[in-house]
This record gives sequence, C-alpha cells and structure tokens, in this order.
Amino acid sequence: MKYILVLLGLLVMTNAAHAQTEPFNTPTSIKRDGVTLTLAQEREAEEIGNKLRCLVCQNETVENSQAGLAKQFRGIIRRHLARGENARQIVDFMVQRYGIFILMKPPLMRVTWLLWASPALASLAGLFAVVLIRRRRQKPPPPLSPQEASRLQELLKP
Amino acid sequence: MASVLTRRLLLATPLTIVVLGGLGFYALLGRMQTGSYDPHAFANPLVGKAPPAFSLPGTAGQQGFSSTDLAAAGKPILVNFFASWCIPCVQEAPMLDQLSKSGLVIWGIAYQDKSDATAKFLADNGNPFQRLASDLDGRTAINWGVYGVPESFLINTKGVIIWHYAGALNDDVVTSGLLPALKHAS
Repeated sequence: MKYILVLLGLLVMTNAAHAQTEPFNTPTSIKRDGVTLTLAQEREAEEIGNKLRCLVCQNETVENSQAGLAKQFRGIIRRHLARGENARQIVDFMVQRYGIFILMKPPLMRVTWLLWASPALASLAGLFAVVLIRRRRQKPPPPLSPQEASRLQELLKP
Repeated sequence: MASVLTRRLLLATPLTIVVLGGLGFYALLGRMQTGSYDPHAFANPLVGKAPPAFSLPGTAGQQGFSSTDLAAAGKPILVNFFASWCIPCVQEAPMLDQLSKSGLVIWGIAYQDKSDATAKFLADNGNPFQRLASDLDGRTAINWGVYGVPESFLINTKGVIIWHYAGALNDDVVTSGLLPALKHAS
C-alpha cells in the first residue's frame, strides 16, 4: 500500500513537471538522427529524404529505410540544412557522389528520355496495333456472285 | 497465300520476342550466380576523377593516409573500403592477399570499425594493406560514393580513379575488370 502511494505521488509529480516544461505540448524544435532542427527545417529534411533512394534497400526512400546508410544520409541532410543550405544544394551534394540513381524520380536528360517516353511509345504501339487489326477486319465481304444472288432471292421468297 | 504468311508472322513475332527475352533473363541469372552481374550496382560518378580531399588517421597499428598521399604515390594503388563486421570482406580477403603478393599496392580504409576489431580481422584473414586508415564516422566513404563494404577503387599513377567495383573481388571481376584497368594505370 505504501509503495502504491509513493508511486502515485511520483506519477503526479512527473506529470506536474511535464506540464510545466511543455505547457501547450507544441515543441518548436525536433532532434532526429543526431541533429536538432526547427519544425519547418525538419519538414524540409523529410521532403528531401523522400526524394532520395536508400542505396542499400533500393526501393525504399532515405526517409523510410532502416538501413545504417540511410540513417547517415538523414544525418547529412539535417546537418546541411542546419548549416543553411537549401534543398537543391543538398540533392546536388548527393547526386555528385552517387549519380542520378540516388534520385527516386530520374530527371529528364539524354540517358533517361527513352525511360520517360516509354509509356507514350507503348501507347502509340498499342494504338497502331489496334488500328491495324481493325482495318483488316473491316474488309467488306466480296459481292455475291449471280448464282448466289438468285439462290438468296429464292430462299427469301415467302 | 499472303494472309497465311502474315498470320504465321503474327504468331511467330511475339513467340520470338518471348523466347529471346527468356534467354536474356537466363543469361542474366547465370551472370548473377557467377558474380559478374550485380543488379544493385550502379556507376560511381567518381570514376575518371581524382578522389575527394580527405585525411584519415591510421588504425590497427598502421599508418593512415590522405588524398595528397594518394596523389603523390606515383604508382597504381588499389583503395579498398572494408570492415571487420562485413562478411563479403572475409570472402574477398584471399583475393586481396593474392593481389598484394603479386605486387599490387593496396591501401585499406576501415569503414565504421574500431581499431581492435580491425586488428583482429587482419590477424584472422591476413593483412594485404601497406597503409590502413580508419573512417570511423563513415563520412569519407560517403564522399567517395561508397554505399556498402567492400568497395574497391583503382587509382592510376596520376592520382585519378580509373576503375571501381562495389562488392567482393573474385576471379571473374579481377580478370575482366581490375587487370585490364591496371594495364592502363601508368
């Protein structure tokens, strides 16, 4: 019973302490991957991390991956943001080291135009095939020969 | 007659494409098994350039090195990123030993590894490194575009990276990649 009372007391005290330090429960800064950022900076960091590929788990973004390398990348993004760099500079930093493969969405450039054009090319090829097949099918049947015509007349007679 | 031909063509074309595609995939799977094709690999943009500036302390009782040491060496150097906790690094250790015994200069960078762990790894698997630096926080590795260990970079006599491989070096990679690159290293 004594212990329960002590525990209860502690609980009340910690709650009170909590309420004092965070009166409205709205933190203005957040510490992640070893770097403290403002909320706006953290949002930007997450946006950058969502655009970059984790090179260990290659279909995951840097922001989502549990790999050690992704954690390091998140640290780099946040340290560079805290240093005052913008998103463009940070993405360039990563591309210089790992190439455009690190971008989840590849930029349109000479080596990627075929990749970007492939949906349109595939649709065109499909359209072409459909047109070709339709044209072949729509060939009108040859006209009836005189014998066939007279036979038809006979059959249609009531 | 013509319609029979086109009908055959219509049947044969997709069939041929499927068969060719299947053969291609079969070849890829075969090359994945031998290790000469890695679907996770991508070209490191550093090839053709000098390594980024860095200076790392030695580890496991050996001398560290910097980018200026690499540029001033005047001979081809294989820079190998490895770690004692990495299993493919154990697998490639005999190959590195063989290369080092045949006269290739190999400088190692221990990636996120503590000095005594590195020392134990070298005692267990042999030490092919003439110099050995420690990249404890892994930031130098990131500047080199390293995304895992082991990774190897061949640097020519002018201090430019001319060849790179991500993964454990094996016979296939050495004979088809490293040795031809080494011929053009000076």
